[in-house]
Amino acid sequence: MTVMSAPMTFAVPSLCSPHAVSSGTPTDHAGAAACCLLEIDRVSLRFGGIKALNDVSFDIRSGEIRAIIGPNGAGKTSMLNCINGFYRPSSGHIVFEGVRRTHTRPSIAARGGIARTFQNVALFKGMTVLDNIMTGRALKIRSGILKQLIRFGPALSEEIEHRRKVEEIIEFLEIQAIRKTPVGKLPYGLQKRVELGRALAMEPRLLLLDEPMAGMNLEEKEDMSRFIVEVNRTYRTTITLIEHDIGVVMNLSDRIVVLDHGCKIADGTPAEIKSNQQVIEAYLGVGG
Amino acid sequence: MLGIDPTKIAFFAEVLVSGLLSGVLYALVALGFVLIFKASGVFNFAQGAMVLVAGLALVRAFGWLEASMPFWLALPLAIIFAGAVMTGIAWAVERFVLRKLVNQTALTLFMATIGISFVLEGLGQQIFGAQVYKLDLGLPRDNLFALESLFDGGILLNKLDLWSAVLAAVLVAALVIFFQKTRMGRALRAVADDHSAAQSVGIPLTRVWFVVWTVAGLVAIAAASIWGSKVGVQFSLVFVSLKALPVIILGGLTSIPGAIVGGLLIGAGEKLAEVYLGPSVGGGIEQWFAYVVALVVLLVRPQGLFGDRIIERI
Amino acid sequence: MFYREAGHFKDNYRADMATFPIREDRIGIITLLLIALVAIPLVHLAGIPPFAGDYFFNAILIPFLILAMAAIGLNLLAGYCGQISLGAGAFMGVGAYAAYNIAIRIPEMPLVLTFLLAGAVSALAGLAFGFPSLRIKGLYLAVATLAAQFFLDWAFLRMAWITNYSPSGSVSAPPLVFAGWHADTPVERYLVVLVFTIVVAWGASNLVRGNLGRQWMAIRDMDIAAEIIGIRPIQSKLTAFAISSFVLGLAGALWAFANLRSWEPYAFSIDRSFQLLFIVIIGGLGSIIGCFLGAAFILLLPLIVDAVPRWLSIPVPAGAGSNITLVVFGALILLTLIFEPHGLARIWGIAKHKLRRWPFPY
Repeated sequence: MTVMSAPMTFAVPSLCSPHAVSSGTPTDHAGAAACCLLEIDRVSLRFGGIKALNDVSFDIRSGEIRAIIGPNGAGKTSMLNCINGFYRPSSGHIVFEGVRRTHTRPSIAARGGIARTFQNVALFKGMTVLDNIMTGRALKIRSGILKQLIRFGPALSEEIEHRRKVEEIIEFLEIQAIRKTPVGKLPYGLQKRVELGRALAMEPRLLLLDEPMAGMNLEEKEDMSRFIVEVNRTYRTTITLIEHDIGVVMNLSDRIVVLDHGCKIADGTPAEIKSNQQVIEAYLGVGG
Repeated sequence: MLGIDPTKIAFFAEVLVSGLLSGVLYALVALGFVLIFKASGVFNFAQGAMVLVAGLALVRAFGWLEASMPFWLALPLAIIFAGAVMTGIAWAVERFVLRKLVNQTALTLFMATIGISFVLEGLGQQIFGAQVYKLDLGLPRDNLFALESLFDGGILLNKLDLWSAVLAAVLVAALVIFFQKTRMGRALRAVADDHSAAQSVGIPLTRVWFVVWTVAGLVAIAAASIWGSKVGVQFSLVFVSLKALPVIILGGLTSIPGAIVGGLLIGAGEKLAEVYLGPSVGGGIEQWFAYVVALVVLLVRPQGLFGDRIIERI
Repeated sequence: MFYREAGHFKDNYRADMATFPIREDRIGIITLLLIALVAIPLVHLAGIPPFAGDYFFNAILIPFLILAMAAIGLNLLAGYCGQISLGAGAFMGVGAYAAYNIAIRIPEMPLVLTFLLAGAVSALAGLAFGFPSLRIKGLYLAVATLAAQFFLDWAFLRMAWITNYSPSGSVSAPPLVFAGWHADTPVERYLVVLVFTIVVAWGASNLVRGNLGRQWMAIRDMDIAAEIIGIRPIQSKLTAFAISSFVLGLAGALWAFANLRSWEPYAFSIDRSFQLLFIVIIGGLGSIIGCFLGAAFILLLPLIVDAVPRWLSIPVPAGAGSNITLVVFGALILLTLIFEPHGLARIWGIAKHKLRRWPFPY
């Protein structure tokens, strides 16, 4: 395999602040490039006159937990939307598993193994927890319409097979008691858990989590953090998450990207980010 | 016009003009739709039933009043009566339906308007009667010939149609001014843009809904009186009014100019199609022409001619 | 007391995923099927009212079954996939005229095959009119399906070959014959319709519990999220259109051949579409059992509207009946949407839930 990513903030002239620092050392990148799962290459996104993303580049390595942080309106969710094809970048490329694309469609991204959850829970409110998670298996079910119509023999066995997988996830997320409850009736914290379950049912290679802990209390956050770490450890799923709780982010993630006003202002390990002057300024609003 | 028979052109012009005149009426009803859609996000299927009820209320009140007082007094009183009926309907709809269905999906609200439509049709016909009623608002009905200098014999127009068009045009202009210039109009547009934002700056949603349904009711009176003069007040007005649906698909759901242009295009298009294409396929294509045009528009340009592009957010 | 889950533990997923997971429900449905298939015909032969004469079969049972089947067709599209349709009646018409044309042009074709082909023709028509709606969302579809309704209404009336050049536009269906068996009497026609309805209801309930059904519901509840988990909205919606129209077409063929037997284009007008929509809304969007409850309700309601003033000896002016029916239908729609958006099916479910706990309130 060839080395795909050079340390990008040095290689690419950016319109953002010239002081943007990539804290990852060059050797770090060279070593990681071989197992780089996703690479964001100079992606910009414009809505009319507004630049939501400005020449952002970073990579996501296989098996890591990668956090994207930044103040409100920094372009974090837009970044995820570009990755899974919900938005089409105005310029730049996204390389997923060696395939270079300018844009994609959400359903194609899903087929490629990218799953995600949303800031505002995007569950199917009229369906039960079980059915919601079962929809995550939609791509894996092979029975045709006629077989499903008769629902006997192979179609039923297949359905049961997937049910078993889904039950594993239900058990993992500790939501057995509510499996037949319509999700619309569940409290917010549980809905977030179900949404994670639906994403997991897709057996993704890259899991995008958009504020998985927003609006949760401390215990719920602890539970969610535990699930995220376990998913990462047991299934070796690569995770990219957006989160505002800096404490959680510092604990969970291997590497952090910091966005501000659509620009990348820092990239590195939690320790490096913590001591980065620009990040501190962006968060405290000093300097500008 | 070289080499083409001038009488054919005159005939074409006649068809076109009569199509445009009925198009003005479509535009009028379509405005009622757009108004309600913009302000409350409701796709109002009951607009047709509202036209029917407005027409029935007007024609029965007018007939009853005219027997005991002069025409110039009876007509305004009848219009006021119909206005009161439509206001009452708007109040009831807001109070008993919309308010109960706040935050429901657009689909639920749409189905609710189908329910409203049936209630209005049933009640309207039960109270005001279910026959065909002739409506004579004193508008001239004789024919006239226009552009005689251009064509041999000129083109044949009906004065009633012309008056209707003028009346409709005035109403359309008044509505546009109402929307753009008045305080209430601005509030309506604000609500259309963002319900919760409008609420948070102190625009009472329920009142806005009441106002748009009332205005749509008044528009229905105008449409009903013009149509009623032409073909009589009868149940088929419901289906004529339904044509406003394809009109707004063509014009764009949220656009007032769209409703006007769409109405004219559909009106002219279906008349021309009926006259020139109809005979070769057995006639009666006016019945579906507008809808099939809408279908094609949905296929090529889903947001319509003037509609806002639909941007999805998540 | 008699109806509860306590004690029935399911130790495998197969049992949990059965059509009727609760034993009492299974007993109930088998009893119901036995009554419908065996007891009612026997009671008719024995001459016990109200099953003695033909009236009950012609006026209630046969229309009830076919309308329930058609409502299932509409419910797959509207209730499960969330795509509202105001043209269901027209697709029934497509099925009816397709069956008629196949039957008179290819008389040697077995009737079952004719009906299935009629459903297929209707499915194609559904695809044709559903296609433009793929680029747009729910409500616009109302207009697209209105286009189908008005265009097809016109076609049934004006395209002479559809009615085999019948001068009045009315046509008569060939007799119902299955492999030499003539289904002429009302009871026989009832049995034919019953078998078709059972098969359709069973197949539909399988579909909606399977992968396809879940995809439809996902699109109904949140189409963007559905796309993000890899469901192709266009494909799923088109399948919903096709299957829904297939069922509607089959129901239309039966409506024509087993119920009306000779009919005019008006039989499949927009009134029929609204009737089906009402069945689905009042019975319960997204429920198969609701289609049966709704169909029974909508057939009985006019009879009740007619009968109640007579019992109370309130004089009703001529013609008021149909107006009152309109108002009652409209008001019921509103009440359903406001108070019980899942319709009679949910009320039925709540009743069962209460029964399960009886005599204890919790």
